[in-house]
Amino acid sequence: MITPLDDFLAAAVRTATPLALAALGECVTERGGVINIGLEGSIVSGALAATIVAGTVTGTVGVTAGFAAGAVAGLIIALAFAIFTVYLRADQIITGTAITLLSLGLTGLMYKSFYGATGVGLTIPTIGAVEIPLLARIPVIGRALFAQPVVTYALYALVLLMAWWFMRTHSGLALRAVGESPDAALAAGIRPRRVQAFAVLFGGAMAGLAGSTLVLAQSGTFVENMSAGKGFIAIAIVVLGRWTPLGVAGAALLFGGASALQYLFQSLGWNEVPYQLFLALPYVLTLIVLARASGRAAAPAALARRELTLG
Amino acid sequence: MTNVSDALHTSSPALALHGISKSYGNVIALHNVTMHVQPGTVHALLGENGAGKTTLMRVAFGLVASDAGFMEIAGARVSEHTPARAIARGLGMVHQHFSLVTAMTVTENIALGQHGVFTPAHVAEQIRTLGERTGLPINPNARVSDLPVSAQQRCEIVKALARNARVLILDEPTAVLAPDEAQALLRWVRAFAAEHPSHAVVLITHKLRDALAVADDVTVLRRGQCVASGVASSFTEASLANAMLGPTERSASVEAEVLPSVRPHTDSVGAHHVVLQADDVTVHDDRGVARVHSASFNVRAGEIVGLAAVEGSGQTELLRAMAGLRDVASGRLHRPTDVGFVPEDRHHDALLLDASLTENYALRDAGSRHGRVPWRELAERTAAVLSQRDVRASGPEVNARTLSGGNQQKFVLARALDDAPPALVIENPTRGLDFRATAHVHDALRDARDAGLAILFYSSDLDEVLALADRVLVLHHGVLRQVPREREVVGRAMLGLT
Amino acid sequence: MNASAHHVTGPLLRVAALLAITLAVLITLLVASGFDASVALQAMVRGAFGSWYAITSATLVRAVPLALTGLAVAIAFRAGLLNIGAEGQLLAGAAAATAAASVLGATPSALLLPLVLLAGVASGAGWAGIASWLRQRFGVLEVISTIMLNFVALYVVGWLVRGPLQEPSKFYPQSLPLAKSLQLPALLEGTRLHVGALFAVVLAAVAWWWLRDTAGGFRLRAVGMNASAAAVSGRINVARVSMYAFLASGALAGLAGAVEVTGVTYALYDQSPGYGYTAIAVALLARLNPLGVLASAVLFGALQAGGNAMQRDAGVPVALVNVVEAVLILLVIAGERWRGSVR
Repeated sequence: MITPLDDFLAAAVRTATPLALAALGECVTERGGVINIGLEGSIVSGALAATIVAGTVTGTVGVTAGFAAGAVAGLIIALAFAIFTVYLRADQIITGTAITLLSLGLTGLMYKSFYGATGVGLTIPTIGAVEIPLLARIPVIGRALFAQPVVTYALYALVLLMAWWFMRTHSGLALRAVGESPDAALAAGIRPRRVQAFAVLFGGAMAGLAGSTLVLAQSGTFVENMSAGKGFIAIAIVVLGRWTPLGVAGAALLFGGASALQYLFQSLGWNEVPYQLFLALPYVLTLIVLARASGRAAAPAALARRELTLG
Repeated sequence: MTNVSDALHTSSPALALHGISKSYGNVIALHNVTMHVQPGTVHALLGENGAGKTTLMRVAFGLVASDAGFMEIAGARVSEHTPARAIARGLGMVHQHFSLVTAMTVTENIALGQHGVFTPAHVAEQIRTLGERTGLPINPNARVSDLPVSAQQRCEIVKALARNARVLILDEPTAVLAPDEAQALLRWVRAFAAEHPSHAVVLITHKLRDALAVADDVTVLRRGQCVASGVASSFTEASLANAMLGPTERSASVEAEVLPSVRPHTDSVGAHHVVLQADDVTVHDDRGVARVHSASFNVRAGEIVGLAAVEGSGQTELLRAMAGLRDVASGRLHRPTDVGFVPEDRHHDALLLDASLTENYALRDAGSRHGRVPWRELAERTAAVLSQRDVRASGPEVNARTLSGGNQQKFVLARALDDAPPALVIENPTRGLDFRATAHVHDALRDARDAGLAILFYSSDLDEVLALADRVLVLHHGVLRQVPREREVVGRAMLGLT
Repeated sequence: MNASAHHVTGPLLRVAALLAITLAVLITLLVASGFDASVALQAMVRGAFGSWYAITSATLVRAVPLALTGLAVAIAFRAGLLNIGAEGQLLAGAAAATAAASVLGATPSALLLPLVLLAGVASGAGWAGIASWLRQRFGVLEVISTIMLNFVALYVVGWLVRGPLQEPSKFYPQSLPLAKSLQLPALLEGTRLHVGALFAVVLAAVAWWWLRDTAGGFRLRAVGMNASAAAVSGRINVARVSMYAFLASGALAGLAGAVEVTGVTYALYDQSPGYGYTAIAVALLARLNPLGVLASAVLFGALQAGGNAMQRDAGVPVALVNVVEAVLILLVIAGERWRGSVR
């Protein structure tokens, strides 16, 4: 039988999945020395692109194409960010804010011109959970971890792959070097701009995937501003995860848990606690966690720097 | 050195630069420079700060694209040069400010810039082997930020050698080292060049002594032009100095800068009252680590006290404590409230680059001022300072960014000296300045000293300490002591030897 | 042509070019989304400038909170603080003003109105103070913390209008309307423009003078330009200057919230037009100059008033205004690329 705790844990992993996807991408971006506050824009654009494609093409092909479209949309938004920050060396924070605003506006506009002013009743088929035999039977955590949509399993693989990539490949080394010291990277024959552009685009595509996941694996519909600050939470997750893939995955799970608490409390019948306070909880938690994680000790040294090279 | 003349005729140069020119806007950095580095030799590239030495070598290494001219490596003409290609073609460059990722290990730094899978244990083994073979021992698993400067430099050289560099370009390698370390490095350079017929070293330096001690050939740049080149044995310190500075610019007062050892100095110690005094002072850095241990010393009115130390010995913390910018952890500090301070990094710590000179002048009292700022008066005062102190700027309203480095430093110094404070603390007074600006700053400091100012300064250049200081203090691992003003003694003390 | 004439025409040309490109983007988007651009633009212009009423009661009424929050952002950015949290500080101000009004409402007297505004100011400053404290005590990037606090403020307001501050029938998610004596008087008879507009003009002038001519203003600018040089060469207490700048920024945004409640909405609602976010564009377009903020606030006020009219009369989603604002910010950034830092 399924207990409220099972429900809570499953919801935690489900909520954590898009957060982890976006945060892993941002982890790569920040390791390359760029902080992309426009992540939010890539998420919401990915969500809309996935909605449009999966709503037009039916069946498994449509869902797969939906994920791909989401990634591409997120990448396109990140491309705009990269042009301003990596090539024009504009302020990353201000550019990111503008890109978020741009994406929220564009998606709102496109959504209404695609689906009319009301947009009511739009439903997209979602991908269901796939149980992994044996593993799903593990007590307590089995169903939470191993009865999830395929995209969650892809995430597990990605976390491990990325941890290996950071520490055990020369391209991972190059990425970290650019984030720490673009001058040193340049002198070693690495092209910092190219690396940063790649890091931003990768982060955008991952955020787009996160947006597709919101639609195709969870809500089954698009709502304006449905990213609801997840891009910003993803950035906080990267800080909490100390810029490592495994740390990011753990931090994402923590945030998923905080968001899922409301389901647990509802199922336990604690309805007197106002739900707005639950909605605010992840954001408050972010603040507390950032204060605890204290500062930039483990942050890439050249993060958010405008001058690419000092020499 | 017979191999030099042999090589000239028998084989093509290891590195040849032909007619290299480079301009930034209307500033000519290099004009038609030609330089041939013969295999098996050490080639000294001499010139004052700003003469174009580093720019020329950045062109050679593919970091800067030249406007005109071409280059050959081992006889092969090079086109579309980038750092990656320079490395592939057998060049290795050790920059004056190291190109190391300090947050990474030695192994990771040395592996940087390659492709495929990275196996740390494998690379570490290579580093150990290479270190033994070439006499450059280094711990592959150490984090670079934990290494002393001399080990970081070894790491840079090993990095180049690990990529099979045959031609090493070393940019001012002795500037950051204590004299004994510098001697050891120069011996290594000599041996490396002699070791294999395809090896060569380009030694960028402004120190004549280093050049003549180790080089086979010499090329001298002045204001972006090649003004002398030839076999080292055909030059003397005096003839090189003439070439570096130009015959007309050399006067009695500049001799001290280029040849510090020939300048006698009168001692003014003991003539005046104590202005700055430290009793048993311990100072911590930002992380709470003690960097200066129980230091006691004083600075009197009308004297210049110079501090010599290897980088990272605690000098920054000590000077900033004396300037009142950092609290002492224990001990007593006696200092007047208005000590002038000139930081080492002008751009980072001294100037608002995008603000006017008037606003930059106003910065000195910004912390204590109340009410309205009298901008009109301040603009007049700034204009007066500019003309009195010979700061070349078109007026007080221009932004600090538009001034040359030398004029920025003159301005910062003038700002600190205006209102005649009783004491001045100054870090690396002439870092990055050309010869004229250096001489100007030194003269200004001596004049201020003669007018009764107590001056405490640190310089990473031992020659500058010896040229400028009336008394010398040495800091080694946070332990301070006073030593006689003799090159040999100071040099040993910097390494903690007695 | 002399230099002084060039000083005037240069910025004017710049603004004209900005607006021309923005208009081109606007038309392109309208056409691409299948709308009749001329109908939409006419609706927009009519909604913003079509009548005395449109100018005062639509454009200028929106310009007031935009100017106050724009000043808040400009002050913070000038001090090198990336306060993205004007929205949350505005909401905090609005909530506190409403709460104060509901407490004081029992004893109606015009003398209490300043107290209501003051509650908003204090609350906005306090909300910014959290981010300031997190920054100084723990080194938390204010960009992140202020964004988080925006969301928290939004949900807290959502809870207040369904909880402690909800109107007595407990049906609508909103507060009780303010007592007449606690509402800001009209500035121009027959329009919705209130005396809050005067606050914006006076505060912009004061901020402009203060930044330029006072020691405190210079300290703030010095810290913003180069905090390290300010500390080392100016012996400025950077932490204290940053804190005061952050609090002042929050206070201005909080005032904007209080002025909205007492001058326009007369009650607290669950929804926000997002003035605090638009304020970033307002401040950047004005190049962080307080007097410029007034002009750019009117422009954005017109854009939003026009955007609403466009949605009403031509069916164009108001989200389009967000796009236009973003394009304006990006154009300013691209322009700054050639002349140094935006910060």
